[in-house]
Amino acid sequence: MANGREDEGMDDERRPDPDALLRRVQAEEARRTRARLRIYFGYSPGVGKTFTMLEVARRLRADGTDVVVGGVETHGRQETAELLKGLEVLPRRAVEYRGTLQQEFDLDGALARKPKVLLLDELAHTNAEGSRHPKRWQDAIELLEAGIDVWTTLNVQHVESLNDVVAQITFVRVRETVPDAVLDRADEIELVDLPPDQLLERLREGKVYLPEQARRAVDNFFRRGNLLALRELALRRTAERVDADVAAYRHQHEIRSTWAAGERILVCVGPSPTSASLIRGGRRMAAGLRAPWVAAYVEAPGAFALTGPDRDRLQANLRLAESLGGEVVRLTGAGASEEILRYAREHNVTRIVVGKPTHRRWRDVLRGSFVSELVRGSGTIEVHFISGDEGGAEEPPAPRETAARPVDWLGYGMAVAGVAAVAGLGVALRDVLAMPDVAVLFLLVIMVVAARCGRWPALAAAALSVAAYDFCFVPPFYTMTVHDTRHFLTFGMMFAVGLVISALVDLLRRQERAARAREARTAALHALSRELVGATDARQVARIAARQAGAALGGEAAVLLPGAPGNAPLGFVAEGAFRPGDNALSVARWAFDHGRPAGRGTDTLPGSPAICFPLLSGTRTLGVLAVHAASNPPDDPESRSHIDAFLRQTTLALERARFEEEAQAAALRARTEEMRSSLLSAVSHDLRTPLAAITGAATTLRDDPERLDSRQRRELTETICGEAERMGRLIGNLLDMMRLESGRVAPRREWVPLEDVVGSALGRLESRLEGRDLRTDLPDDLPLVAIDPVLFEQLFVNLLENAARHTPREALIELRARVADGRLEVEVADRGPGLPPGEEERVFEKFHRGPHAGAGGVGLGLPICRAIVEAHGGTIAAANREGGGASFRIVVPVGAGSVTGPDPGGLPDVLPEAKA
Amino acid sequence: MSEEGPRVLIVEDEPEVRRFLRTALDVQGFRVVEAATAKEGLAAATTYNPEVILLDLGLPDGDGIEITRKVREWSRVPIIVISARGREDDKVGALDAGADDYLTKPFGVNELLARVRVALRHAVQSASPGGDPVLEIGTLRIDQSRREVRIGEREVKLTPIEYRLLVLLARNAGKVLTHRQILREVWGPPYVGEVQYLRVFMAQLRRKVEAEPARPRLLLTEQGVGYRLREG
Repeated sequence: MANGREDEGMDDERRPDPDALLRRVQAEEARRTRARLRIYFGYSPGVGKTFTMLEVARRLRADGTDVVVGGVETHGRQETAELLKGLEVLPRRAVEYRGTLQQEFDLDGALARKPKVLLLDELAHTNAEGSRHPKRWQDAIELLEAGIDVWTTLNVQHVESLNDVVAQITFVRVRETVPDAVLDRADEIELVDLPPDQLLERLREGKVYLPEQARRAVDNFFRRGNLLALRELALRRTAERVDADVAAYRHQHEIRSTWAAGERILVCVGPSPTSASLIRGGRRMAAGLRAPWVAAYVEAPGAFALTGPDRDRLQANLRLAESLGGEVVRLTGAGASEEILRYAREHNVTRIVVGKPTHRRWRDVLRGSFVSELVRGSGTIEVHFISGDEGGAEEPPAPRETAARPVDWLGYGMAVAGVAAVAGLGVALRDVLAMPDVAVLFLLVIMVVAARCGRWPALAAAALSVAAYDFCFVPPFYTMTVHDTRHFLTFGMMFAVGLVISALVDLLRRQERAARAREARTAALHALSRELVGATDARQVARIAARQAGAALGGEAAVLLPGAPGNAPLGFVAEGAFRPGDNALSVARWAFDHGRPAGRGTDTLPGSPAICFPLLSGTRTLGVLAVHAASNPPDDPESRSHIDAFLRQTTLALERARFEEEAQAAALRARTEEMRSSLLSAVSHDLRTPLAAITGAATTLRDDPERLDSRQRRELTETICGEAERMGRLIGNLLDMMRLESGRVAPRREWVPLEDVVGSALGRLESRLEGRDLRTDLPDDLPLVAIDPVLFEQLFVNLLENAARHTPREALIELRARVADGRLEVEVADRGPGLPPGEEERVFEKFHRGPHAGAGGVGLGLPICRAIVEAHGGTIAAANREGGGASFRIVVPVGAGSVTGPDPGGLPDVLPEAKA
Repeated sequence: MSEEGPRVLIVEDEPEVRRFLRTALDVQGFRVVEAATAKEGLAAATTYNPEVILLDLGLPDGDGIEITRKVREWSRVPIIVISARGREDDKVGALDAGADDYLTKPFGVNELLARVRVALRHAVQSASPGGDPVLEIGTLRIDQSRREVRIGEREVKLTPIEYRLLVLLARNAGKVLTHRQILREVWGPPYVGEVQYLRVFMAQLRRKVEAEPARPRLLLTEQGVGYRLREG
């Protein structure tokens, strides 16, 4: 139970439970900040709801509050129109519906205007087709969610739970209803009251506006008795609300209330049309007791699944319960009463509400009585019977399922042919076959037809068999007359057997269908989860989910992920076969923003061709699954739970992908951070050192020029030049490193002769390698290699510079290269002191400097080499050579099909001599 | 300051860089005109009719490449780009737009003066077409009238393409030619994208001309940009 914790806490010591306190503070916070709904509530048209609302609004307006009129009907009444003056009225939106233009409240306009308070008359109004929501109260909810206070008006007969009570009183059934949940959501309900006599007076004076269609009912409706009853209803409903407010207040202030603690009501709901009034009755009882209530439905597993119209009615009933604020529970089990009782006990239900049985008694004898089992097993739980509303006859009896299905002519043809064949055979072999044999043959036909063609053809076969048997084999032959009454028994048995067989076969077929559908769903879910395991990022997850959803729901699907605004229309990145248009995108946007399904077959924008399900993870919406299907999405419980499972799996996978991306980003950030700090320390040292030398030398030259001799002056200028060069190199290296690390530098591979790259590298190093013994060993037949020549030049420069820096002047440096198996192998080796043991890997770390580093090294040359090699998909390794010295080996895949020799196919090598 | 010295226009927004350039060029006898913005630069280019333009790419009111294009509409004055943008694409962009040379900051004065002299000389050469049929650069000697190439005393046999390639580079000795420029001149406009063919012919040419092809002394590669024949 919801308040279990709080109760316990208070039993121990009369001190609020801290958790509950926190929750309440949060709730209060939410209440203060959330938009407020105020309802002007009356018992009849003409009591002055709109008038009162406008009056208050004018006062508020005069105080400077931003009040805007969204939709108010003056119905041509002068005094109301007078009140509208001085208030801002939003322009209406023209909606074309079946050729006529209708003026409707402009929801988007109101959302864009975003006033503090919006006045919206007639909460129960039904919007013109093509509006976003079918009902105005849904508009109101959206406005509230957008943080706009809404004031509206409502008559008691439009309240869902009072709907049939009002109908009983007035004999006028109102079609436009508002769910009680909306009333409960209201922060203030203001009763606008007028004694019935005065109302009738006003009516006679013509001051009450009535819509055209209501004029006919006017005499029925505006009878004094009716008005009194309606007034009482309105007062009672308001009082209930006041009661609830008082209770909430007491609860908030830890006043131990005397409410019937732990009352909980369960209403048994079925597909019957009378269940609707049962639900309303249950809701009234719950409201009276201020108890939570549950609408429960027991589903029989698989085989006894409901047929079309029954299923639809059940859905309607459950939706009604939901809209009246009840919790809907679907139970599964063979025994309805057992399941209800089990649930009731587990959830501390105190009262069960069931309808009075209306069916014949013999059904109880045959099937067992749900009601009596319930009563017998209920124990301490009270069971209430509420009579079904006999006015429920307004809903037509369920049409038979077959009426909707195309007639299975083939099946009936088979039945006729089978019976005719047996009859013919029986007649031909009349002398051989005994009558019981023929009867058994007929049964065989019935069975075959039942097995192949289903229930109704089998029944036809049974009837035909009886007729044929009578006609051909029961004396007198070839008449329908029967002399021996015992044959009637045979007929009866034959037909009964046919019935039983056809029922059994039908059951089997349905079970098989159900099993197959289940299997398909399980397979789809399984396929989804299997594929999702391999997905590593959100877009991949989206692609997979879209494909599987399209297959499972029979249409095209897309998963829309929120992208950076401006990236994609409406800020979505769509993955999947379905390319949503503007319409579908706005539906998706709505579903995303509100966390509720929208589009085809839902309450919101039902005219859209696509249905959009939000992918909800906790309170966050990660994306939207948009399905463009040829038909409405199936709404039976199994399909729905299937879709739910689908959405859940996709959401989980998306969440996982997001976490993974976040983890990676965090790791990258950490690495970047680490790099940045070592970079900072290195940069501060490496930039300041040459800068210090430059500054020192330059200031000496500036301040004491006359005391310096020419040699000293030259030395100082040399220092400045050398150190500036060193700084330039460091900055160049830093920039190269940053470019490579940013990951934006993809190698631009071109087919080049390696010689060319080595040559340009040596050209750049000309001054630094002056006087060094460098040997290059490049085979003459070295093919072209696909590498980035600019990066590779840098690679050679860095490696050779590194070798020159760490070895004595006389040490030999060698550069070798060869291509084998589509891989380029390069070795730069020296005969210097070699690497200190254990440094083979560390030399590639940024800002790591070897012990023999001469001046000018910044510890970035080799890391840059590694970055270049890795960008080419290759490896670089350092090792000490046999006989002394260090060696750096690079292996890079350079692709197959390299061009050998100077044969650039197709390019003219011979030119007209005249041009030369 | 010599009255007869060639006029150099410096278009550069950094006053410090301008000052160092002016000093260095003054000393060498050039007459220096300065401009700090693209607008001033274009105006000065028309007014003073300089013999060389030193042009910074990153100007506050416009891109140097745009200036290069505009100047090229009416003048063949040598343009040397000086820029802190060291990426090969920037160099190629400027050279293809019509710049004659490219220097990346920081650079030494020696290098700058060498480039300015090369530019001036080429301007003179292109002004008198035909010119000397014999090109001599170091040990390389090309006799265009006899279509004969010698390295020192050794005669080198070249295919027609190799010959055209070498002559093109020799005529522009000291100057970088981009891949596109070389391909257009030697093979023709349809081949400007075929860089690897150029590379192959260049490797082949080096084997015939250079003593040590892996350490070229004459035919230098500007990696990612193009080729240059070294002067002297």
